[in-house]
Amino acid sequence: MAAEVEETLKRIQGHRGVTGTIVVNSEGIPIKTTLDNSTTVQYASLIHSLTAKARSTVRDIDPSNDLKFLRIRSRKNEIMCAPDKEFLLIVIQQDDQS
Amino acid sequence: MEIVYVYTKKRAEFGRQCNFSDRAAELHVDIAPDDNALEDFIERDPVDIGIQCVQEMSEHDANTERFETGARGINHTEGGWPKDINPHEVEQVTRYRKKVEKDEMYISAVLQLGTSMEHCIKQNNAIDIYEEYFEDVNAETIDEAASAKTINVFRDPNEIKRTATHISWFPDGPRKLAVAYCNLQFQSTSPDTSMDSYIWDVENPNKPEMTLKPVSPLVCLEYNPKDSHILLGGCYNGQIAYWDTRKGSQPVELTPIEQSHRDPAYKTVWIQSKTGTECFSTSTDGQVLWWDIRKMGEPTDKMYLDKKQEFANAQGAYCLEYEPTMPTKFMTGTEQGNIISCNRKAKTPLDKIAATFTGHIGPVYALQRNPHFTKNFLSIGDWCARIWSEDIRESSIMWTKQYSSYLTDGCWSPIRPAVFFLTKMDGTLDVWDIIFKQNNPTLTLQVCDVPLYSLRVQESGKLVAAGSQDGTTTLLELSEGLYSMARNEKNLVTAMFERETRREKILDARHREIRLKERGKTEGSKGEKRGSSDDFKQAEGEEGEKPAEEEEQYQEEDLYAKAEKEFFSIIEAEKKKQPTPSQDFDDVEKKGPEEDGEEKTNGNAETENKD
Repeated sequence: MAAEVEETLKRIQGHRGVTGTIVVNSEGIPIKTTLDNSTTVQYASLIHSLTAKARSTVRDIDPSNDLKFLRIRSRKNEIMCAPDKEFLLIVIQQDDQS
Repeated sequence: MEIVYVYTKKRAEFGRQCNFSDRAAELHVDIAPDDNALEDFIERDPVDIGIQCVQEMSEHDANTERFETGARGINHTEGGWPKDINPHEVEQVTRYRKKVEKDEMYISAVLQLGTSMEHCIKQNNAIDIYEEYFEDVNAETIDEAASAKTINVFRDPNEIKRTATHISWFPDGPRKLAVAYCNLQFQSTSPDTSMDSYIWDVENPNKPEMTLKPVSPLVCLEYNPKDSHILLGGCYNGQIAYWDTRKGSQPVELTPIEQSHRDPAYKTVWIQSKTGTECFSTSTDGQVLWWDIRKMGEPTDKMYLDKKQEFANAQGAYCLEYEPTMPTKFMTGTEQGNIISCNRKAKTPLDKIAATFTGHIGPVYALQRNPHFTKNFLSIGDWCARIWSEDIRESSIMWTKQYSSYLTDGCWSPIRPAVFFLTKMDGTLDVWDIIFKQNNPTLTLQVCDVPLYSLRVQESGKLVAAGSQDGTTTLLELSEGLYSMARNEKNLVTAMFERETRREKILDARHREIRLKERGKTEGSKGEKRGSSDDFKQAEGEEGEKPAEEEEQYQEEDLYAKAEKEFFSIIEAEKKKQPTPSQDFDDVEKKGPEEDGEEKTNGNAETENKD
């Protein structure tokens, strides 16, 4: 099973435009990363808190609802966050056109 | 420890002692019903009552408390690791990560999230859902009406309001404004008036970003274009001071009083130099002083605004014009309404004043060369603004209508060569676009109810700051048409300036011709008639260069006798209705109005031609 996880992450990283994949645990600690340490820590902490905030927003609006996916479209790239109870998967993808 | 303090007061000081006791009820007064009074009662019938058909309403207003915001920084450090793991120990960290990676939860979570993530990635790669379809379609510039909106208002935070006398924009981007505050009314400054001037953050009108504390209120304040930390100020007492914002609110150095101006230093300007430390200043005392902020002990150079360089006759100046592309030349606008063009590096002291332009009948408050056509400059004084050409000294080439209120400041748009701004005593700001309209301003804005005193346009031409008498500085954003240059604008403006210059030249030549002819005639005739011809000259309103010998005679003659002679000669001329001088008079009078008419119609005709 662990090999399958590796496989999945590798496949994601292999897609066109993907520049980084980070798996963060519920404390905001990066577990697995393809980026260097300082960038990872920065992304992990900031995106983790943003996702938590987004999740609480969704839940505040409707308590039976939950956050499924968060896409941050920026000028330079797109940051995609897939949250789970325990973990958070962050993928950074460069804009196709630029 | 227990602290005990006993307060003592005499019984006698409490007043008379009260003694309460029970007592039976007693009747004080009894009023019996009176039947006669009932007869006086008249029932009202019918009864008129006014009613409203609409719902009754009332107006309420509430003033909410001002919300003060502040900015705080937080330093983020890495954290969140379990207690027993030191994040700086690489070994422990990897071990922890390995442990998590083997976790069942982790595996299932990543697999599950991976699929949804992949979906999004593929989606992104397949189609750009944010594609801008009409990106390269160049939207034609829409002709919208010129407008401006107020973005922020910065009020003098002090109790006793002062005039915002001068504004300077932060040189690196439209983020800050330096505003000089000073009460310019002679001897009306109360001793409690604050002397501070402020630097404002454009975004925050609640609190100034920095306070400048001069020894005497600042009349003008100017950012150094080379070093945005350094500001130059001219004080009310004539001293020049400079600040370094890194070194606090106190001025770094001041010029000594005995070497400074003797009147308020109305204008200071930075000179384009290698070191970026040189500057010069002027005042109503008629001096122009050059300084180097590294050596403020004495001026590096000095000049008096008089043809013969005499201090006693010097004209006081309110404004300075300096164009970095012409480093030794500069212009000043004087209290007498003259514009003096000077050359600092002239060979002889007498050559320092290159030219004088007369035209305004009040002090010249603002002077600026057109940033695109440096030969043409704008001057603000009395009730109108004038545009001049350096080639023509007799008259300005263009001028605005006579306003009903006094003008206080003005400047060109840094981007559009045809646009300039004016501020007036009635609190309005006018925007002129000489390509669009020559007779009237394109836009008139009532900025505030009190007179406006100062004006500054930001480098990009989009933002305008206007300071008023009660110390409020209003920041305005102009509509796009006023700060984006049209394709052929430069050519149009060049053509307009050239045509107006040519027109003035022709008129000037004609005036001279008439004058010469007149002179020829007077010299031929007897001295008796000279009086009337002189009179004509004055009537014509031309300050011609009278021959020197004539002027001498003028002085020698007894003025009384001369006036008498003049009077009788006119009377005689009127009686006879035929001698030569009176005919000349008629001639000239006919010519005069014609020319005036020409000037006026010219202006109108041009309007039509330009479109």
